[in-house]
Amino acid sequence: MQKLSEELKNRAGQRIVDPEYLLFEAPREKVFMTGSEVVKEAVKRASVDASVSYPITPQSEAAHLIGELWVEGYVGVYFRGESEFGVMSELAGCAMAGARTITTTSGPGTLRAMENFPMWAGSRLPIQLVLMARGINSPLSIQPDDLEVSFLLDTGCMIWYAENAQELFDMILAGFVVAEQPDVHVPVVNVINGFFISHTRESVMLPPDDIALPPYNPYKAPMPPIDMEMPPGRFLRDPFVMKSNYISYATHTSWQFEVRAAIERARPYIKKYLGSLIEEFGDPEAEIVLVSAGTGAAQSKEAVRLLEDEGVKAKVVKLRTIRPFPINELREAVKNAKVIFVPEFNVVGWLEREIRRYLYKHSDAEIIGGPRVAGGMTMPPEIIVKDVLNYLGKEVKHVY
Amino acid sequence: MATLGPSHYSPYPVAVYENILPPPPGKALLFTEVVDEEVAMREAAKAMLTRENPTIFPGPQVIYAWNEEAKEKARLIRELAEVLEAKIIPMVDYRPKYPKIDPEKEINPNHPNLTIWHNNIKACIFVGVHCHYANVALKIIRAETDCFTIALCSNAGHEDAMITLRDQHADELRKFIEIAKEVKKEVK
Repeated sequence: MQKLSEELKNRAGQRIVDPEYLLFEAPREKVFMTGSEVVKEAVKRASVDASVSYPITPQSEAAHLIGELWVEGYVGVYFRGESEFGVMSELAGCAMAGARTITTTSGPGTLRAMENFPMWAGSRLPIQLVLMARGINSPLSIQPDDLEVSFLLDTGCMIWYAENAQELFDMILAGFVVAEQPDVHVPVVNVINGFFISHTRESVMLPPDDIALPPYNPYKAPMPPIDMEMPPGRFLRDPFVMKSNYISYATHTSWQFEVRAAIERARPYIKKYLGSLIEEFGDPEAEIVLVSAGTGAAQSKEAVRLLEDEGVKAKVVKLRTIRPFPINELREAVKNAKVIFVPEFNVVGWLEREIRRYLYKHSDAEIIGGPRVAGGMTMPPEIIVKDVLNYLGKEVKHVY
Repeated sequence: MATLGPSHYSPYPVAVYENILPPPPGKALLFTEVVDEEVAMREAAKAMLTRENPTIFPGPQVIYAWNEEAKEKARLIRELAEVLEAKIIPMVDYRPKYPKIDPEKEINPNHPNLTIWHNNIKACIFVGVHCHYANVALKIIRAETDCFTIALCSNAGHEDAMITLRDQHADELRKFIEIAKEVKKEVK
């Protein structure tokens, strides 16, 4: 892949390169760092114009580290919002003015900011949110639990789910590239399981930090940025319709469909920059399939290894994206399945619901919503193994 | 009018729900088919030259002289309108104007059907309209009218149009004009 001109530099003096070079071709070095530190490293290479932050566990460190990048000159604007609602609103203003933006939040912060997410999508703002999932009140919990993802499913934002720090790094960079495509141009939420990824140190391969993504070009946006130099040259975007008549309802309907259509248009770009909307691990022909995302997928992979020791063939289908949902990829991946387990980090089983929805009349497999843990519990692979062995009527001897 | 389908009770069919995505770079979309750009241009010209009241709807990106490319595109669009014997009705901005719009003089992305109904337009070209507003309008037109829609897009194209051409700039417009002249000789 051709590198962009070596003469092109961003505000930090980094050489601007093609996204393909940055993501796939640039030499990488191994480092040992936490998910929060990885957020900093990705933002450092992303030519970010603006970031607004607000503290909430477990994302506070990542937000703080983006602030350090502002001090170092890598991020154009950085400040603390009045609350998560303020943060998301202020980011909307930055994005409407043509800035590449990113922020981070968790659990109650997500819910406090909720009104803004469909507003971002409806305003076609390619804002990136790194969501370090944590429990939702009440009762108060700062521990990992991804219930909050279910609240975001129908906001019109893309939702991607990273399994580990490496995937988070790559997804943050790819997230900007995909979300800013003119025919996509909706927000992207990159989810990780809080603490498990944000606070755990692991090996990550990073490209050099003297290269970066090309800057965002707001003049290719599907709505005009707030710029009097660009027609129709208005200070604010027009409220589209707020009248009580059929024409207004029809416009609103078409507008909402357009936002959802934009998410669907992301599919080919996601395949290009993430490889696939899913990842398969284990025996391709296995009749026992574990479908999961994020840390649930990581634990499921370990369970597949343990099941192999028990003489049981199984495989994992890891969902990299929840919106767009990998409908065809999932149906193809489970075509041989007799039973599908859906390990999750929440009590409601939102991922199980999604899987049932998209496999209805497309799979004869029995779907088992579990195992599930919540409120901060870990999910030892042994509990997945135990559920599978129990289902098969096999003796559970090596676990528990 | 709209067909029943994945949109259920809504009158709006949405192409992506029928697995139709914008064309890949270098290609165009003719209904559900990915075709060469020349094929799409030829079919677009034929539609404009054979249907009633063909009309070009230029948007803000080409009707304001905000850069040199816009000026050149505007000149080429006037030339295209002459070749296609099409009217020009501008989309000057995106504010909703119902019920006060003058459909003889203007089209609006929030209620484009009013202009199409009023002028009995059976074929149209969108050009220079920001992608979101073009997509909102094209869905409404597809649902509410029998107008044949053609989108000349400078970005990735519009799958809700019956024909969409992507990455259309001045050179592509010149090419379209030449193809339209050829088609005109064949059909007139």
